[in-house]
Order: sequence, then C-alpha cells, then structure tokens
Amino acid sequence: MNSWIYIALMAVTTIAIRMLPLTLIRKPLKSKFIRSFLYYVPYVTLAAMTFPSIMNETSHFSFGLTALVLGGISAYKGLDMFKTTLICCISVVILEFIF
Amino acid sequence: MNINLKYFKEGLKDGVPIALGYLAVSFSLGIAASNAGLTALQGYLASFLCKASAGEAAGFTAIKEQVPYLEIIIVTFVANCRYLLMSFALSQRLNPKMNIIHRFLLGFYLTDEFFALSISQDGYVNPYKCYGAAIIGSPCWCIGTSLGIIAGNILPAKIVAALSVALYGMFLSVIIPKAKEDRYVFLSIIGAFFMSFILSFTGISSGIRVIIVTVLIASTFAVIKPRSTEDE
Repeated sequence: MNSWIYIALMAVTTIAIRMLPLTLIRKPLKSKFIRSFLYYVPYVTLAAMTFPSIMNETSHFSFGLTALVLGGISAYKGLDMFKTTLICCISVVILEFIF
Repeated sequence: MNINLKYFKEGLKDGVPIALGYLAVSFSLGIAASNAGLTALQGYLASFLCKASAGEAAGFTAIKEQVPYLEIIIVTFVANCRYLLMSFALSQRLNPKMNIIHRFLLGFYLTDEFFALSISQDGYVNPYKCYGAAIIGSPCWCIGTSLGIIAGNILPAKIVAALSVALYGMFLSVIIPKAKEDRYVFLSIIGAFFMSFILSFTGISSGIRVIIVTVLIASTFAVIKPRSTEDE
C-alpha cells in the first residue's frame, strides 16, 4: 500500500467533514431542538475533550488535575486566554520538576 | 482601526499559546508517523491537510498496519466525526451572506482550537480571528510533526507534558466564561466532565467518547432548556 494514497484519503475525508456543513448550510436552521442542540455542542465537546484527558498528559494525574483547577479559576476570574494557558503550563512545569 | 485587522491581531495573540501546544502535540504525533514509515515531508503534508491530533494518530496507526484503503477512510471519518458537529455549530454562527471562500477557509482550519477561538466571539463570527491564529499555529503543527519524525525523543518529557496542557488551558478559557453567565452551560459542562470520566473506563477511543458525550449531553440540555434566537 502506498503512503501517499493513504495521506490523500485521510486528507479528503477530513476536509470534507469540516467543510460540508459550513459551505452547504447558509441559513439558520428552523428546528428549535437542533438550534438548541448546536448551542450546547461547543461547550460540551470542549469539556469532554478536556476531562479526563488532561490528567493523562502529565507524569502524575494530579499535576494535570491541578492545571485544570488553576486554569478554571483563572478563566473564572476573567484572565484572558494567553494568561490562563500560561498558568496551566507553569503549574505543570513546577510540579513536574519538584516531584 | 479596520475591524478585520483588529480581529486578525487578536487571533495572532491568542495563536501563540495554541502554537506552543501544537508544537508539543504534533511532535509526539511525528513519532507515531515515523513508526508508520512516513518521511518528514509526508508527515508535514498529512499535518497540513488534516490538522487533527486524534484523526492523524488513528490514520498513522492504520498506515502502520497497512489496512485496506476503505478502512483508513472509515477510521478517519470516525476519529474526526466531532468536526461534523462543530462545522454544523459554526455554520449557525456565520453571517448568511459570508462568501464561500471564507467558509472554505474556516472549514479548512476547523481544528478544536481555532473553533474554540471562533466561537468565543459574540454575534456573527469574524473569520479573521481564526486566520490570525492559523498563520502562527498551522505552520507549528506541520513543523512539529516533521521534527518529531526526524528527531524523535529529544525534548524532555517534563517539557512535553507542560506544553501539552496548553491546549486544555485554551479550552477552559472558552468554556468557563460562558459557564459563568449561563447556568445551563455550566451544568452541561459538569455533565460532560462526569460522563466523559465514566466512559474513559470503558476502553472506547477518545474520539468516540467525545462524540457520545456531545450527542447525549447536548441533546439532553436542548430538551431541558431550549434556546431562543436571542441566546446566540
């Protein structure tokens, strides 16, 4: 099997999935259920991707959990994306090097 | 100041942490790609065209196993299915008059992170914020993959761990402010955390897990608390 063909198939599939709804749906959807569903999708998806995966990124799960809590507090206190992210990273660096 | 330029600059700034996270994640992805026998150029191209951590990881594993061509299409589709939902969701946040080229580009750059950035805006999404972040982030994703293929394990694991967490910090800064102002978004996030945690013990892949959690929790909340147009 040819690696170039594999890559081409991966690319076409991925790009089609991302582009089709965006280019084909040009009007607000009528169904109230679907509109409500899509309203929640981004937040639920990002939440499901964050937890528990964040705990698998660090050498001990509690480091990832600490980053989650500190990042959550920072965002709640109104810090912007860059600062929130920085706090997550720095807390992990410190914990990784101490323990 | 030109409004598009303002969004573009905002995107550039928000793109920095994204780019750092991308470097770390794509670096480890590059190691998987080299295990599948891909060259640095092939890894670069795959990352430029696919821009998906779970999707590419699944694809590289499939290449390593030399599966039939149809199977890699299915594997890629399943691992990337959540982008179908995101693309639907984003389509509802665009000005109906937005031209096709912007729609194509937003689709092309519809990664978890650029999506998070796009929907963090109020009202109709201005695509230039995504472009600003993509101009910094996307090359890092591709270069990181190639570096991973070439250099393998040279970055200390502690640094990789810290960089990997950057992406989650970004996600938090998108979902938390909304949770603060909307109690039902808050509850849906808690529900998603909980369900995702439970399902992580079942052994299903993380891509499928995210789809299941998204469909179940978002539809539950769509029934409990339907949204009117003014909410968006």
